[in-house]
Amino acid sequence: MSLSISLTINGQARTVVLDDPRVTLLDLLRERLDLPGTKKGCDRGQCGACTVLVDGRRINSCLSLAASLDGTEVTTIEGLAEGEALHPVQAAFIAHDGFQCGYCTPGQIMSAVGLIKEGHANGDPERIRELMSGNICRCGAYQGITEAILEAQKASTEANRRDAA
Amino acid sequence: MSLDTASPTARRHGSNAGQPLTRRDGLLKVTGRATYAADNHPDGMLYAVTAISRIARGRVTALDVGAARAHAGVVEVLTPANRPPLAHDPDEKMPPFGFRVEVLQDDTVRYVGQPIALVVAETLEAATEAAALLDPQYEIADARTDRSNGDRFGLAAVGIGAPPRTVHGDLAAGLAAATHVTEAEYETPAQYHNAMEPHAVVAEWHGDRVTLDMPNQAMALSCAAYGAYFDIPAENVLIRSPFLGGGFGSKAILNGPQILAILAARMLKRPVKLVLTRTQMYGPVGHRGHTWQKLRIGTDAQGRLTALHHHALCATSSFDEFIEPAANASLPLYDSPAILVEHEGLRLDIGTPGPMRAPGEASGSAALEVAMDEAAVACGMDPLEFRLANYAETEPGTGRPFSSKALRECYLEGAKRFGWAGRPLEPRQMRDENGFLVGWGMGTAVFHCPHFPAEARATLRADGTALVETAGADMGQGAWTALAQIAAEALGLDPDQVEFHSGISTLPDGGIAGGSGHTASAGLALNNAGEDAIAKLAAIATADPASPLFGAGNIGVVARSGRLHRIDDEGRSESYVDILARAGQAEVIGTAKAARDPAIAEAHAMFSHGAVFAEVKVDPDLGQIRATRLVGAFAAGRVINPRLVRSQYFGGMIWGTSFALHEEAVTDRRTGRIMNADLAEYHVPVNADVPSLDAILIEEDDPYVNPLGIKGVGEIGITGTVGAIANAVWHATGVRVRRFPVRIEDLLIARA
Amino acid sequence: MNRFDYIRPVSVSEAIAAAAVPGSAYLAAGTNLLDLMKVGTTRPERVIDITRLPGLDRIEWLPDGGVRIAAMVRNSDLAYDERFARTFPAVAEALLSGASAQLRNAATVGGNLMQRTRCAYFHDLASACNRRVAGSGCDARDGENRLHAVLGWSEHCIATHPSDFCVPLVALDALVEVEGPHGAREIPVDLLHALPGATPERETALAPGELVVALRLPAEAADFSGNARYLKLRERTSYAFAVVSAAAALELEGKLIRKARVALGGVAAKPWRAREAEVALTGMPASAEAFAKAAEIALADALPSGDNAFKIELARRIVVRALSLAFEGTPEVMPALPASPFSTTAGAIHVA
Repeated sequence: MSLSISLTINGQARTVVLDDPRVTLLDLLRERLDLPGTKKGCDRGQCGACTVLVDGRRINSCLSLAASLDGTEVTTIEGLAEGEALHPVQAAFIAHDGFQCGYCTPGQIMSAVGLIKEGHANGDPERIRELMSGNICRCGAYQGITEAILEAQKASTEANRRDAA
Repeated sequence: MSLDTASPTARRHGSNAGQPLTRRDGLLKVTGRATYAADNHPDGMLYAVTAISRIARGRVTALDVGAARAHAGVVEVLTPANRPPLAHDPDEKMPPFGFRVEVLQDDTVRYVGQPIALVVAETLEAATEAAALLDPQYEIADARTDRSNGDRFGLAAVGIGAPPRTVHGDLAAGLAAATHVTEAEYETPAQYHNAMEPHAVVAEWHGDRVTLDMPNQAMALSCAAYGAYFDIPAENVLIRSPFLGGGFGSKAILNGPQILAILAARMLKRPVKLVLTRTQMYGPVGHRGHTWQKLRIGTDAQGRLTALHHHALCATSSFDEFIEPAANASLPLYDSPAILVEHEGLRLDIGTPGPMRAPGEASGSAALEVAMDEAAVACGMDPLEFRLANYAETEPGTGRPFSSKALRECYLEGAKRFGWAGRPLEPRQMRDENGFLVGWGMGTAVFHCPHFPAEARATLRADGTALVETAGADMGQGAWTALAQIAAEALGLDPDQVEFHSGISTLPDGGIAGGSGHTASAGLALNNAGEDAIAKLAAIATADPASPLFGAGNIGVVARSGRLHRIDDEGRSESYVDILARAGQAEVIGTAKAARDPAIAEAHAMFSHGAVFAEVKVDPDLGQIRATRLVGAFAAGRVINPRLVRSQYFGGMIWGTSFALHEEAVTDRRTGRIMNADLAEYHVPVNADVPSLDAILIEEDDPYVNPLGIKGVGEIGITGTVGAIANAVWHATGVRVRRFPVRIEDLLIARA
Repeated sequence: MNRFDYIRPVSVSEAIAAAAVPGSAYLAAGTNLLDLMKVGTTRPERVIDITRLPGLDRIEWLPDGGVRIAAMVRNSDLAYDERFARTFPAVAEALLSGASAQLRNAATVGGNLMQRTRCAYFHDLASACNRRVAGSGCDARDGENRLHAVLGWSEHCIATHPSDFCVPLVALDALVEVEGPHGAREIPVDLLHALPGATPERETALAPGELVVALRLPAEAADFSGNARYLKLRERTSYAFAVVSAAAALELEGKLIRKARVALGGVAAKPWRAREAEVALTGMPASAEAFAKAAEIALADALPSGDNAFKIELARRIVVRALSLAFEGTPEVMPALPASPFSTTAGAIHVA
């Protein structure tokens, strides 16, 4: 059984023919669409390394059947920077040393972008820690991650204020 | 967190080393462009998946290979029946660090999670399902899973070649002289590295040459070992390991699944990718072994140690030895006229343990630091005061001087920052405004300073920039940044003028990324290669009558900001660009091999030190614990990049938190199966578990440890932290927990 | 994962018809089902994707003040729905204490109701498990069982139900609307999950092919909005299943308890409603003694199923604490650490 689905990935419309319905979004990105920036850490929704945005919401791509996401918009780490200009979250992760080995980093950053969009942390580090707890960092870069998100969130709030003014 | 960029350290170390630069690989890592092994996808690649044993001991009597082969997309199924030969006997150890591995040599099962077949298919989905269809049948023998049924045995060595038993002084006399003897047993569970990146390999053969994309902490050793397994010269093995998604010791040693994938690629003449599942990482890739440790601490009326006895029973596999050198943690730290440390082995039907971040020190220090806390309580002393009273000015037992030791400063600065003064001696005295029990505890951190032989090359180029090269490994320490800083300093260049190549085995051997020794080991080689290049450049300039440096050969020159200056007259200088241009040379190449001077090493005890202070809060009724504040002060020689060093300390302290409060492999005693072999039930800390960390970098000049004065920072943060947290839990609750991790039910004491 | 046919019906009736074929499974977000399929615990031959079914993504307020939540509403959308969170705060808090932000963004209301146990022996295909394979035995019984059931278990199964969401739902008399081959019906959430008895393989009251289409909270459940909490003990601060948890809701008149609701999580194969404890609290003035007595009653029938006797005492204490917190009043804003003891304003029992 072969199945054709349409996805918009990092702004680009793509039609994907799936010869196998078992393919998850994560494996589709990594093994079939040459987008290996999204990482597999557990493949079971237990670590967050595979976090991407689907229709603007952060989810675990390892627990999503690609077939089921027909028609959605997917944003991965590869689609976050605009050309050479880093997304404010990416820049803040570098500035605050919010990573070490870098393997969980794409997931952390996509999760952070999702968190800021959701708007429930309100600059409270404790809320950020809680809402980032679905992204495990075995190296232990949590303090830098929290600081980076605080800064990026502040920057994004100020940018929004400027836009509104 | 603000970084004090104008610190005296930064000034003293000049313009390059000592600066808190951000990571050179940061841009790649935040954009998803850093390439990890499993991100590679050569044309025609196949997927390999191992099937693993679900019994701990016995034989595989049947596999439904037919069902697996019949699954659409399956290309090959490797079992002991058809596995091609290997040139090295996998039941023989591979010197110096290689373990016995399971590569389908027969139908024997020695632990749960052992590979018992390898399925290769056109897609990952097909290989995964076909492996499940193998439906193994077993002949099951009783599994040895615990102290009660394992086989105890005597040891020739612990860790990597360390003595299993060390005696200083007369223990019996020391104990007899004590006014009080603190005696207790501590248990630490099996723990698994759980690097975020699962072990992976993409193997591609071209005739008798093989390219391996794999995370690797020891490339040169691995090339030699793969060469031996596949009967090819080591130089025919090309390992590319530009980034490791965490290693922690688990990616330094060969393992069975990776060897099988490489074998399959040769057999099928197509590239093969294998990535372990998270569950498959609980078995063939090492772990921190289970220990049971007995401590006896004799103290006199003044609270000084009279005797220290540390006995460790350490689990290993039935077929190989890696013994956690836990008791050795009691050797270098506290002054005692009598010290006895000893180890005993316990054979279980488990995968062979291996080095895991702070092997020996982590488990040993956990027990020692809690025992020291108990001894301090017995003496009625503050735990910090007690440790200061037993401060070792020279190495206990041997009397050797320390190459440097700023531990006293760590104690005092850490205590000051934490606010330790005024801590009540008795437990269960502090509550916060919300009624939570509050406890403060501390522990001493210590880690030895190994140095591995390493090589490097530095090329000064006609445009005034440089290329420096060493086959090192970055698993998150920030090696690419710190090593480039060292090289830049040696070359008298800014770090951004230095191109740094590493992570590939064709480069000069960068040694092992382990033992917290990589920056010192590879760094010294880079420094020396840089100095060699500068010396060659200086020889050109000082011999050239057209150079302002002509004739300065005997006086000497100094390299700074891309120019060579006469030492005695800094106004006379010439740029590298001009020197090379006039000489008509495109480049000069410096090379170096670096190793530790054995005479200096023999004459000194070499350790990094630190002190960790912890605050925990405990719900008085419900027993849930949170480590609310950690302050560590560490002295580890010269700091190359304080930003990265602080991150290493934080990481270690979080591992210490995990050891104390979270992680533990839960084994079914009947079957030997690990019942939480995943990341949902094997708990490592999440972001919400570490609300506040602080690390103080204590100045330390060390003229002996190596010419650069660098000690290691990667592992020491775990040590001290485990004890600090456990002791804080006691201080909060009055409950002394001697089995890690501390659990809710341990604290569920009867309500008053 | 086994190969399967992927079917995406366009209506509920088409979905139900598709699921009538044996070997079918409904797929919502997949956060539980895909995990089970990867492990091999479940091997459906037909996967029926219900995420696109029309009308299943709405939160609908009913004229009487109750609410109807369609089955495909995502956990986070429900928890952050302002009116819902204000009206049923313990439910919102329970939702936000479960899993991670990413999983809550995906997981659906229906999927959460239908999630399977976390018992390691259920997931380990080499172990005997009556729930997975009827009649095969229960290896958890003498195995690693410190987190297993202390209420309602049987010799055949000692698994617990892992949901946080369902705990306040049973406390608040929620109902599920079900459609199936034989029509539509309603089932109280309290009767949705089965105790194991001699047939642990029968996990829910649903008949084969039946589909949860909506969840309803009755208007009376809103009476507790001012004094309702969910509290959850975990082995790390977040992203962990409950060791034990409790939902408590009070309707007060001054200090007098007019109505009380108490349910426990992590203690049984179903979210455990403690009705007798509620009766004991009704009409009593709130006090530490009354809460302690209620906790005693709630756990009166508890028995360890293994190395888990501590859970009985822990469950008593969490009932007391949850009642105390409910009595203090629903927090003005959702705590930073939902349902965590560390998010509360009080670390000790204190009743005014």
